[in-house]
Amino acid sequence: MRDAASTITTESAPPPGGGGQPVVALEGLSRHFGERSALRGITLELGAGQTLAVLGRNGAGKSTLLRILATLLRPHSGSVRLFGEPLPRQAWAVRGRIGLLGHEPLLYRDLSGRENLTYHARLHRVPAARVEEVLASVGMRQRGDDPVRSLSRGMVQRLTVARAVLHRPELLLLDEPRSNLDPAAGDLVEPLIGRGAGITRVLTSHDPQAALAEADVVLALSGGRAAYLGPPAGLAPERLRGLYA
Amino acid sequence: MRTATAILRKDLLLELRTLETLPSMALLSVSTFVIFHFGLNRDSLSGQLAAGVFTVTLLFAAMLAINRLFVAEREQGGFDAFLLAPVDRTAMFAAKAAALFIFMVALELVAVPAFALLLAPPRLGHSLPAFTLLLLLADGAFAVIGTFVSALAVHTRARDLIGPIIGLPLMLPALIATARGIGPLLTPNASGSPQAKWLLVLALYDLFNALLAVGLFDYLIEE
Repeated sequence: MRDAASTITTESAPPPGGGGQPVVALEGLSRHFGERSALRGITLELGAGQTLAVLGRNGAGKSTLLRILATLLRPHSGSVRLFGEPLPRQAWAVRGRIGLLGHEPLLYRDLSGRENLTYHARLHRVPAARVEEVLASVGMRQRGDDPVRSLSRGMVQRLTVARAVLHRPELLLLDEPRSNLDPAAGDLVEPLIGRGAGITRVLTSHDPQAALAEADVVLALSGGRAAYLGPPAGLAPERLRGLYA
Repeated sequence: MRTATAILRKDLLLELRTLETLPSMALLSVSTFVIFHFGLNRDSLSGQLAAGVFTVTLLFAAMLAINRLFVAEREQGGFDAFLLAPVDRTAMFAAKAAALFIFMVALELVAVPAFALLLAPPRLGHSLPAFTLLLLLADGAFAVIGTFVSALAVHTRARDLIGPIIGLPLMLPALIATARGIGPLLTPNASGSPQAKWLLVLALYDLFNALLAVGLFDYLIEE
C-alpha cells in the first residue's frame, strides 16, 4: 500500500522542466538497512535543468536517496529511472552522466590533486586538458601537486567539486556541497555546481533556507517518508521548523 | 585495457608514495628465512624441504599484500569513484591482479637471493630459468586468487580473517604444485628442467581461477 504522504505530494510537484522526459523519476522508492527503513514510498519527477532540494534531519534518508541516484545503492522496491533508464538494470548507461559530490571526497590522500583528477579523467575518458581547466576553475592550480592529505578541508572540498564536474555530468548529486568552503571558495565553485551551471541538481543541505533559495522542487523527508514534495513556496515556515525539531 | 592501465598506474604510484606493502612483504620473507636458518640449525636445505620452506614463506608474504590490496579503495572511496565511472568492472580485477603479480615478482627479487644466502639450496643457479618459470606461474595463482579473495573480504567486518580462511584452501592446489615443482630443482643432481605436469597444473589452475574470478567479480564490488 502506498503511503498517504507520497500520493498527496506527487500531485503537488511541479512538472518537469521543458516538458520533456524527466531526468529523475522515482515511483514508490523504498530502501531499508536491516530492520530500519531509510526510504519509504518516495515518488517524484525532476525535469532537465531543475533543482531538487532534499531536506530533513540527520538520518532522514537524504544521503541514501543520493546514493541510490548515484547507482551506488540498489532500491529494495519501487522504480528508479534516470534519463529514462531503469536502475539498477541500466546503471551502466547513466553512470558517466552523473556527478556525485558526497560526504567523502573520493580522492586518494597520498596522491596530489592533479594526479587524482588525472586518474578520474582516465576513468571517464576525459582529455587531460580538462584536468587543468577544472583545477583552474576551483583555484587549485598552484596547489595541484600537493598531496591531498596536506591540504585544508576547504581545499579538499574544492578538489572534490573539480572531481565531480570533471566529466561534465548532466545530473549533479550534491550532499552538503558547500561544507568547509569559505564565502570566497563558495563563490569560486558557484559557476560549476550552482544554479547558473544549468545542470539538473539534487542537493541536500543542513541550511534549509539556502537550499530553498536554490530549489525548484523541495522534498522534505521525515523518517524516510516524503513529508512534503512541492515548490519551495508551498513549504510553510512552521512545517519546515517541524522537520528539524 | 585503458581503464585497467589507469588503475594499475594509480596503485603502483600509491605504493611508491606510501611503501606500505612491499617493504613489509620483503621484511617478512627475510625474517622467515632467518627463523628457518636458526630454527632448523641448517646452513643448507635441499629437495622438498627447501621447496616447502620457500613456498610457505612466499605464502606468508603474499597474505600481507592480499589483505592490503583493496584497503585504499575501501578507506578512501576508490570503490565509489570506480563504480561511478562508465567502465567495465573487470578492469579493476585485471588491474588489481596485475598489481599483486608485480608485488610478488618484486618480493621474489629480494626473497630468492635471501633464500640462497641463508639456506643455500644446491644448484639454484643452475635451475634458475625453470625455477623462475614455476614462480611466475605461482605468482599468477597468488594474483588471481588473492585478488578474488581480497575483493570478497573487503566489505566484510572480519576482512582480516577472510583472506586466510577462504584464500588458503583456494591456494592449496597451486601451493602444492609449486612446492612439488620446485623440489626436484633444488637437489644436488637436479637436471635443471621442471616436470611438465606441475607446470601444466599451475597453468590450468591459473586459467580456471581467472575465468571464475572474472565471472564473479562484478557481484563482489557492487552493493
